[in-house]
Amino acid sequence: MKPFDIRQLLSAGLALLLLILPFICNAYWLDVCVSIGLYALLALSLNVILGQAGIFHMGHAAFFAVGAYTTAILNTSFQWPILWTMPLAGAAAAFFAMIVARPIIHLRGDYLLIVTIGIVEIVRIALLNDVGGLTGGSNGIFGISRPTIFGFRIAKGTQFYYLVWGMVGVSLLLFHSLWHSRFGRALNYIKEDDIAAEGCGIHVSHYKLIAFVLGAFWAGMAGTVYAAKMTTIAPESFNFLESVIIFAVVILSGGSHLGVLISAFLFIGLPELLREFSNARMLIFGFAMMAMMIWRPQGILPPRHRRYNTAVSLAKGTPPTVDFASTSKEETT
Amino acid sequence: MEQFFQQLLNGLAVGGIYALVALGYTMVYGVMKLINFAHGDIFTIGAYLGLSLLVSCNIAGLLGPMAAVLSVFVMVALLTALVGYLLERVAYRPLRNAGRLSAVVSALGASIFFQNAVMLIYGARFYVYPDFLRPNFTVHLWGLDIPGIRLLVIGATVALMLALSAFIQRTRTGAAIRAVAIDPGAAQLMGINVDRIISLVFLIGPGLGGAAGLMVGIYYGQIDFTMGWSYGLKAFTAAILGGIGNIPGAMLGGLLLGVIEALAAGYVAMAWKDAIAFFVLILILIIRPTGILGERTADKL
Repeated sequence: MKPFDIRQLLSAGLALLLLILPFICNAYWLDVCVSIGLYALLALSLNVILGQAGIFHMGHAAFFAVGAYTTAILNTSFQWPILWTMPLAGAAAAFFAMIVARPIIHLRGDYLLIVTIGIVEIVRIALLNDVGGLTGGSNGIFGISRPTIFGFRIAKGTQFYYLVWGMVGVSLLLFHSLWHSRFGRALNYIKEDDIAAEGCGIHVSHYKLIAFVLGAFWAGMAGTVYAAKMTTIAPESFNFLESVIIFAVVILSGGSHLGVLISAFLFIGLPELLREFSNARMLIFGFAMMAMMIWRPQGILPPRHRRYNTAVSLAKGTPPTVDFASTSKEETT
Repeated sequence: MEQFFQQLLNGLAVGGIYALVALGYTMVYGVMKLINFAHGDIFTIGAYLGLSLLVSCNIAGLLGPMAAVLSVFVMVALLTALVGYLLERVAYRPLRNAGRLSAVVSALGASIFFQNAVMLIYGARFYVYPDFLRPNFTVHLWGLDIPGIRLLVIGATVALMLALSAFIQRTRTGAAIRAVAIDPGAAQLMGINVDRIISLVFLIGPGLGGAAGLMVGIYYGQIDFTMGWSYGLKAFTAAILGGIGNIPGAMLGGLLLGVIEALAAGYVAMAWKDAIAFFVLILILIIRPTGILGERTADKL
């Protein structure tokens, strides 16, 4: 490993910037940064499904919605404290993902894509039609209380900023170790070639299902934070365009965790920067989406190839680049 | 029983429009394995261009309603075909050899671009098609009063679909399109210019989509700049329902989806109309994962 790696420098710079950001920007931009953090959280969770396992999933807003509504209903109807609902919101989203994904997980790429779009539409319409009298129809649910940690009430922008980005930090650590685990390698293998993976003894649909459920769990927890921040949620916040943006963030990132953060900044920050163009801003945004993909089709920062120290490669002096089949060898990156 | 037949005919009219849009999705998917998410917005552009030509350029006043609608039909198809051609050159050709999902994101960007371009040019309000263009005779058939417009839309979509089928199945160019869809590499070795075939597909698909946009304008009388999302999504669902990449499949899927939706709206619940369409799609994919007419093919061998 080189002493000054460009990615490490970037990560360190980004971490430092994120720490001092609340002291240098005004309330408006702080709010933008909170939504960037929320999207980063959602994109990190989708990255497990789409980026690592290569499952074409464009309905992530559905799981986000399930989490947010679970929190909202538990909080407003049963007076649960917000942060206590977080594991339950995640579990509800994960359970929902398990039920819907089980019959469709074996579908081929584009068929799965349209089914996941269908799921997000069905969830939105179900919320609109006030299922079970719990979701409040098109008005949604309002009056969600603020979260408290050990009696300390989180209500101000800065406090939310640290809550959201703290969660992003914890998620990064967890997803980083997931990426380097046996499970992460199996997911990568499935993405590269699912038939070969099956041949090597990886239970493909089982692993895909776990990736799906795990991603949904995280999206559900992000839903809790969203509900607590907005204090009002409505079905239109979880529409298809929302899923498209999360999807595009992951594809533009290239699949690495640092890439996801940069891509979230670009996708959510760019329309805010373009506010002065008022009506034309989404036009420019759409054009930028095309231009960015043509400029870097592989994404901003694709994850580095896994390298392994094997006796053979050491003897030859050149490490083999990709070797997902090796199961228990030491990794150097 | 009368309500049933009325809903059935209404479903066939809407389904025919879905099928025309679905043909654009399925042909592009066949030759490029790309989901052209901007196709729904080309459909919107067709509807708006039709309105501009009919009202602003006063073609209706010059030629009379019937001839005006027919000539505008052709003009809209040609103009949207041009839009589709440019779209492929700018947004998709540079990504031909990149990953498939990169092209999908480019398509989503193009969709947002088109939708906002229409909004900026025409404004965010909805528009109403002139009333006198709408044929308002009724046909008495088997004891039913059928609005003439419904029969005209069904007739026009069926005629366009038959013409396309004949073109794909009977001509040399059609055979070339089929060959590229099966194996672009081998087709190139046989002397087929793959770039030209892809351009041709991006002329035919958007042309049909634009014509469908004009039909929706005349049939429902009202258009708005976001309608491409929902029609595009439905048409894409129809293409998958029939088996994507399969031209007869898109026609069947479109008609089927239209009928299912109309019957669901009439008998189950209006508010759940869209959800039922997707629910049926999920059911069919679980039972038959390649769509109704899709061949069972192994993904990798």
